[in-house]
Amino acid sequence: MMNYEPGAAPTAPTAHPSPDAPPPPTSAIAARDLTVVRGTRTVLRALDFTVPSGSITGLLGPSGCGKTTLMRAVVGTQAKVTGVLDVLGHPAGDPALRPRIGYVTQAPSVYTDLTVRQNLDYFAAVLHPGRAHRDARREAVTRAIDDVDLTTRADALAGALSGGQRSRVSLAVALLGTPDLLVLDEPTVGLDPVLRRDLWNLFHRLAGRGTTILISSHVMDEAERCHRLLLMRDGRILAEDTPDALRHRTGTATVEEAFLHLVDTDRADTDRPGDRATDEDPTEEHPTGKTAAPLTTEEAPR
Amino acid sequence: MTATAGRVLRQLTHDPRTIALLVIVPVLLITLLRYVFDGAPGTFDATGASLLGIFPLITMFLVTSIATLRERTTGTLERLLALPLGKGGLIAGYALAFGAVAVVQSALATAVSVWLLGLDVVGSPWLLLLVALLDALLGTALGLFVSAFAASEFQAVQFMPAVIFPQLLLCGLFTPREAMHPVLEAISNVLPMSYAVDGMNQVLQHPDITGDFVRDISVVAGSALLVLCVGAITLRRRTP
Repeated sequence: MMNYEPGAAPTAPTAHPSPDAPPPPTSAIAARDLTVVRGTRTVLRALDFTVPSGSITGLLGPSGCGKTTLMRAVVGTQAKVTGVLDVLGHPAGDPALRPRIGYVTQAPSVYTDLTVRQNLDYFAAVLHPGRAHRDARREAVTRAIDDVDLTTRADALAGALSGGQRSRVSLAVALLGTPDLLVLDEPTVGLDPVLRRDLWNLFHRLAGRGTTILISSHVMDEAERCHRLLLMRDGRILAEDTPDALRHRTGTATVEEAFLHLVDTDRADTDRPGDRATDEDPTEEHPTGKTAAPLTTEEAPR
Repeated sequence: MTATAGRVLRQLTHDPRTIALLVIVPVLLITLLRYVFDGAPGTFDATGASLLGIFPLITMFLVTSIATLRERTTGTLERLLALPLGKGGLIAGYALAFGAVAVVQSALATAVSVWLLGLDVVGSPWLLLLVALLDALLGTALGLFVSAFAASEFQAVQFMPAVIFPQLLLCGLFTPREAMHPVLEAISNVLPMSYAVDGMNQVLQHPDITGDFVRDISVVAGSALLVLCVGAITLRRRTP
């Protein structure tokens, strides 16, 4: 899966492929007219997007905009999904995809009354059952613990760990099966800067080996580390591009500013009475160049 | 399946107090019962044997409903169902683990009842153990099933009186089922715990395996299997 030297952590972020590099030809995820309804609410509205293989795609947007629902749809745990959603060449949720996708939920989903190693042992046994795979399993477990830098805490109960450590156990579980697609729901929340950098280095190493990573965040500075971005708001995708292209297109200096610019443009386009409650301050406040080229979001306003 | 069973048991080993409660409480209660009926050993025989079947059912019901509810609320169930793991394997793993706990629990309670408390069993104590094990599986099945309808531990615990107590009242523990109002008797005829208690009483009164005993344990085992299958349906890979 990855040759990660434990001592290599404190180096500067490894030179990851330029975000401008042309995306690989195939797409790991392709959505057309993807719509999800939860209860009476339409959480995702007719999304069209692709996630190129072997790339790190950041899914950014304010909380409640539908990031988690989109990820659950990709993983195949979300009910009431309509439209087309192909993942690694199969329809999302296809049983053939289960061993090929690693999914890390926002809340760490591990057994708090087991140790770190016991958690990983169990999930490894679910992935590769049987006595024949015992050595391979042990190796995968050790490597996954090492990857998330928890070797010294391997025999501690997951419940005794800090929140950040526990979410790294959850991440380690997802790394076990050497998945082709990693879906990570805010994996770096609550981590200190050093750990965050180490994890991003790990993500880039994984992507370098061909793993596709879909990662959500609401921390915009992490966006700069992604190859591509999907900017979401209110169940729709505002933009789908590389960080550089987004900044360039909006004439802004950072992805955060680009996002704000897009939101404002979007509001101006779609503002209508009864729009959702997140519009607490409807006054125009374009942080930078209002003169930027008008944006065409790929979706017709509803 | 064995991986899941091993994991469930490993979780228990980190919780020695629960193990102690699971194993010791039935013994203490059956001892208590023995001295409650100090002047009426015959009553102790009948009630004690019934309780040996009821304890595993109730404890396994509680333990399973909470354990699977936790699995649902902490997201580990969602994670497991996103992995190549069969629902049947997961449920069988739970049944295997709690079945093993039930064997230990019942063996101890039965041994203490028969050898120390003088419970007068005509049949083989091994058959008592068999019925107790099937009862435990029934409890596991029911617990798994109701956990799907509970949103919190509070609700899960409240399902105990809702699901178990009616069966307890109608199973013939307090009064023979034939003596009940015909409607209640009819209801008790379709509740699995009635057969669990009947089976215990068959062992109590007959030296050999009777036809009624075979019918009783078949009903208990069949109900457990049926409820387990229904429980499997409540494990959904896709949730709203």
